[in-house]
Amino acid sequence: MSEATAQAAEAGESGIVRCDACPVLCRIREGKTGACDRYANVGGVLTRTDPLLLAERAVGRNAPLVPFLEGSQNWAGEIAPRPPVFVTGVGAGTTYPDYKPAPFIVSQQYQGVDTVTVVTEGIFSYCSVKVKIDTDRHVGPEQATVTCQGEPVGHVMTAEYGSQMLSLGGVRHLTGGGKREGTVTCDLMLKLCNKEAVELAVEGGAKLTVQAGKPPVIDSHREERMRVGCGSATIGMFARQWFGHADEVIVVDDHITGVLSEHQAGRYLDMKPAGIRVRGRKSTPGRYFQVANPGAGWGGTDITDPLTIVEKIDPKTAWPGLRLLMVSTTGEESAYFILDDKLKPVPAPMPAPVAKVVARIGENCEPALCSVLFMAGAGGSLRAGVTENPVRLTRSVRDRLTRVTLGGAPAYVWPGGGITVMVDVTRMPDRSFGHVPTPALVAPIEFTMRLSDYAELGGHIESVVPVERVLGEARRRGGAWREDNPWPLDVAVPEAAR
Amino acid sequence: MSGPVAAMLPGGRLHLQHGPIDLVVGAHGNVRRAFAQIEAAFRGVLEGLVGELALLRAPVREDYPQAHGPVARRMVAAVWPHRKVFVTPMAAVAGAVADEMLAAMVAGIDLDRAYVNDGGDIAIHLAPGQALRVGVAGKADIDGDPTGELDGFAAIPFASPVRGIATSGRGGRSLSLGIADAVTVLARDAAAADAAATLIANAVDIDRPAIRRLPAHAVREDSDLGDIPVTVAVGDLDERDIAAALDNGAAAARRMLSRGLICGALLQLRGQRRVVGGASAPVAAAAD
Repeated sequence: MSEATAQAAEAGESGIVRCDACPVLCRIREGKTGACDRYANVGGVLTRTDPLLLAERAVGRNAPLVPFLEGSQNWAGEIAPRPPVFVTGVGAGTTYPDYKPAPFIVSQQYQGVDTVTVVTEGIFSYCSVKVKIDTDRHVGPEQATVTCQGEPVGHVMTAEYGSQMLSLGGVRHLTGGGKREGTVTCDLMLKLCNKEAVELAVEGGAKLTVQAGKPPVIDSHREERMRVGCGSATIGMFARQWFGHADEVIVVDDHITGVLSEHQAGRYLDMKPAGIRVRGRKSTPGRYFQVANPGAGWGGTDITDPLTIVEKIDPKTAWPGLRLLMVSTTGEESAYFILDDKLKPVPAPMPAPVAKVVARIGENCEPALCSVLFMAGAGGSLRAGVTENPVRLTRSVRDRLTRVTLGGAPAYVWPGGGITVMVDVTRMPDRSFGHVPTPALVAPIEFTMRLSDYAELGGHIESVVPVERVLGEARRRGGAWREDNPWPLDVAVPEAAR
Repeated sequence: MSGPVAAMLPGGRLHLQHGPIDLVVGAHGNVRRAFAQIEAAFRGVLEGLVGELALLRAPVREDYPQAHGPVARRMVAAVWPHRKVFVTPMAAVAGAVADEMLAAMVAGIDLDRAYVNDGGDIAIHLAPGQALRVGVAGKADIDGDPTGELDGFAAIPFASPVRGIATSGRGGRSLSLGIADAVTVLARDAAAADAAATLIANAVDIDRPAIRRLPAHAVREDSDLGDIPVTVAVGDLDERDIAAALDNGAAAARRMLSRGLICGALLQLRGQRRVVGGASAPVAAAAD
């Protein structure tokens, strides 16, 4: 709109606007559209008819958020002070290959400071999706290829605590492989970024259903809770709370089963050895691998009766009346026993202090989710749509004078060269992403800064339009600002003034 | 000013857009190369047309217009046989773009089937033994806007001379002098079909007060039709009026058929229809 509107403002002749959105240069009468039906003359102003997403922020904190609907409000000429508005890049269009200013360079006063937001949609060949899957289940070996519809689309990367990690997409799958590989990869990335579910397979591993913000489905099993930690970690976390209320605690876990009195934590508390030996392969004191097979039972094992993992009870060490707690790493399963005179564990009512700690394990388990982060490099020619001197934009971002957002969502900017960003797609508006047949992804991106800083970095000052102009766009799409996202315009005001 | 945009559509189709040109492209065979060729060829098409827009917007009369660009030459060639009535090369612009883009796409590659659909004006490529079925959606609501309902298919085998299909009427973006809901024409190429459909749709007409007309330039500032009245609204018409208007259009279509300019035509208005061209007309599997 930047150029087109500037032209429209000059138009005078009996309400006819000359559209310069394409070489046809239509002359459009008021109330009519151009030959393309994409631009219209609305009240003498050339107006795009593609919807552009605007997010309105509630005036006060905790004020009710009223999303405005398409065309439901006429902002131009409104008398009451309007709430702050952020123009997102969703629907903005692109000026690729960026030999001209970005589609929308919008100014507005915010807390007495003139701000500028450069709004565009970037076309990204260099982009990928990082997926964190909250599960301890084995999804596949590191470096294994991840496929979608039989095409390689990424790989398993280093596992993180309580989570399996995938790296999907990227330039080599998009454009470096076969045509179908590129198409499938692009489609997969688009779906994941637009918060849709996708089905993946790991070579030598599991079949996965992954969707941003939703529990993963691994080989048809829907993961509900993350364990609080492995069995050993659970011992470490709660040892002190159990101390004095149980003589032995066994935390059953498919990965590492923990035994309190043998564990470093028990030793530290000077606990008496209980002589209860569990099955499996001992790792270090009080930590056992493979006490059972993986399954849908206790702690991700296949057991339903916890006593089956007890190999033997040493009569020289154990004693009648010994209080034994067995619990899983999510607290979903637990049992309390007291050894009788023959050192046989007998189920007993669980004392309140012990039950309280079992409940606390559950309380500390978070829902298992898939997180989808879009990662892309915005340090290329896209910058030319912002400034005539691209490196200054990079520096301005690095100096935190310019805030980078994607559809209004905060972006983590990687250190080092370029403007390599990462963003949680669940914080972005729905259907933010598109694609081009290259294939490459199209994502909204906004750069917000003080007007004075924009001028200093060589910005396209001549293309800046007041936000009211954008509010008059014929087919804007409205939405409420997500209050958990930092307000991008805050970059322009000193922290103390916010 | 924005340049050409390309995007993939569901079903492996390619969408190319620049200004008012919207192409939907399909191909079976070496699609990758075909799409690369058409994408490359698409650059500069709009600029080329704009460069000689004055000539292309001028009515064609006694002298053959000397157009330069390949699309412009196709437009002129398509409207030249119709110069006895008012016509400008713009009557064939969509079809000519489709033809030229199809030619660029198939050049040097073996494709089983391919098509370029330029807003309803379709250029078709068929390898020997291949056939294409094209849906015809001619029903319109009271405002002349298409309902999108399919009411017939045109089956086009390799042996048929038809390689172009175009639909004209009140539903599209172009202005019409007539009142047809839709006129679908089959011809040897899309430009010929486009020009003929435009002119047959203009001829589907009758003089009644229920039909509101305005000078073209009052409706669209840049219209090549100048002050010629164009239809802006059609009120109530009785069955006899509808039949008479369709008969006027069908007469024009039959003249074109006898001159070899078209292979067939389907004319639709308010639920009535006329078919010109018999077996090759686009009603091979019509709903009624």
